[in-house]
Amino acid sequence: MAAGKEIRNQIASVKNTQKITRAMEMVAASKMRKTKDRMTATRPYAQKAAQIIRHIAHANSEYQHPFMQARELRRVGVILISSDRGLCGGLNSNLFRLALARLRDWEHQGVEVDLCVVGQKAAAFFAQIGARIIGQTTHLGDTPHLEDLIGVIKLMTDNYEQGNIDALYLLSNVFVNTMTQRPTLEKMLPIKAEELDAGMKHHWDYIYEPDAKEVLDEMLQRYVEALVYQGAVENVACEQAARMVAMKSASDNAGTAIKELQLIYNKTRQAAITQELAEIIAGAAAV
Amino acid sequence: MTTIHVDIVSAEREIYSGLVDMVFAPAELGEVGIGSHHAPFISKMRPGEVRLKVNSHEELPFFVSGGILEVQPHVVTVLADTAVRAHDIDEAAALEAKHSAEEALADRSGKIDYAKAQAELAQAMQQLRLLEKYRRK
Repeated sequence: MAAGKEIRNQIASVKNTQKITRAMEMVAASKMRKTKDRMTATRPYAQKAAQIIRHIAHANSEYQHPFMQARELRRVGVILISSDRGLCGGLNSNLFRLALARLRDWEHQGVEVDLCVVGQKAAAFFAQIGARIIGQTTHLGDTPHLEDLIGVIKLMTDNYEQGNIDALYLLSNVFVNTMTQRPTLEKMLPIKAEELDAGMKHHWDYIYEPDAKEVLDEMLQRYVEALVYQGAVENVACEQAARMVAMKSASDNAGTAIKELQLIYNKTRQAAITQELAEIIAGAAAV
Repeated sequence: MTTIHVDIVSAEREIYSGLVDMVFAPAELGEVGIGSHHAPFISKMRPGEVRLKVNSHEELPFFVSGGILEVQPHVVTVLADTAVRAHDIDEAAALEAKHSAEEALADRSGKIDYAKAQAELAQAMQQLRLLEKYRRK
């Protein structure tokens, strides 16, 4: 019964794995609920900021902020948001695939790319393939704080202001529903007035306090921060959802594996019994 | 009395949204009171109190540690900061982000090894496909 014992051990080990994946699934499910709530809670800020930006783009200000002026594309900045941990299905791989496709496009056009990465997974992946990473932040945890993201954002917006980069993109996962997370590339800078429709046709301008430059500087910085922060919060929700689904399928797989192994085990055991019986009967017949 | 719609949001959550009689906010150059049909106005805010006058006598106070105030004739938007932010803190954070990238990246060639990247991704995708296949079986 040597084979039988081996199979029994194997079944036990698969069962242990299943326990782990099931636990991870449940943890991810409860975390997903919380992160999803947080994602919905942060949405109004990003929406309101975007709305103000739309208004600003349509105001006829004598001051033109550099964030709203399109320049010739020679170098672009990308802020890429990934998860810190793995075991979340194809979430990060899909994101990186989109990133690579775009990086390659830009390379063909002779446009250089500066990357800022958020999250351990992206940091490891892009460092290994030798992309130009100029800033990174990792270990945001399940509740990303704006303070942790300010570094990379400031780095990129400063670069943009100094003319080192001519456009700024955000690459992250968008939460469609629990089963679907879509990697998305969004252009943050420059902001194009033509692309935004505020539904206002007449000529008007704000009263600025203290002056247009100072307010717009602050507002546009805030807008970029809101987008990146929203992206980070959304990515956490995506991560938990993807992990939940991945772990559920892993648990199911373990279940199938156990069933198959159990079948083999029963067969071999039965075969052994039959053989023993046959031997005894043969022995009895010989006497 | 005509009312004006006000939205107060912070990065973390929506704080208030609804119709009020009047909004008082600590604008950069002093406190402002805003009623319906105010001219378009945008200002930075100092740390202080945003007060909403509702039902003509009640007042709701909200503390903000800075932010942006935007006024359109029928809607007031307050982007509130809840955390204290200073210019030098931002600067330090930027430097730190840069530093951690430099540390992690000894080889800064800037040339992307697409073959290697493709191989890595293909490997990951292969694993996923395998799982998928196993699942369907």
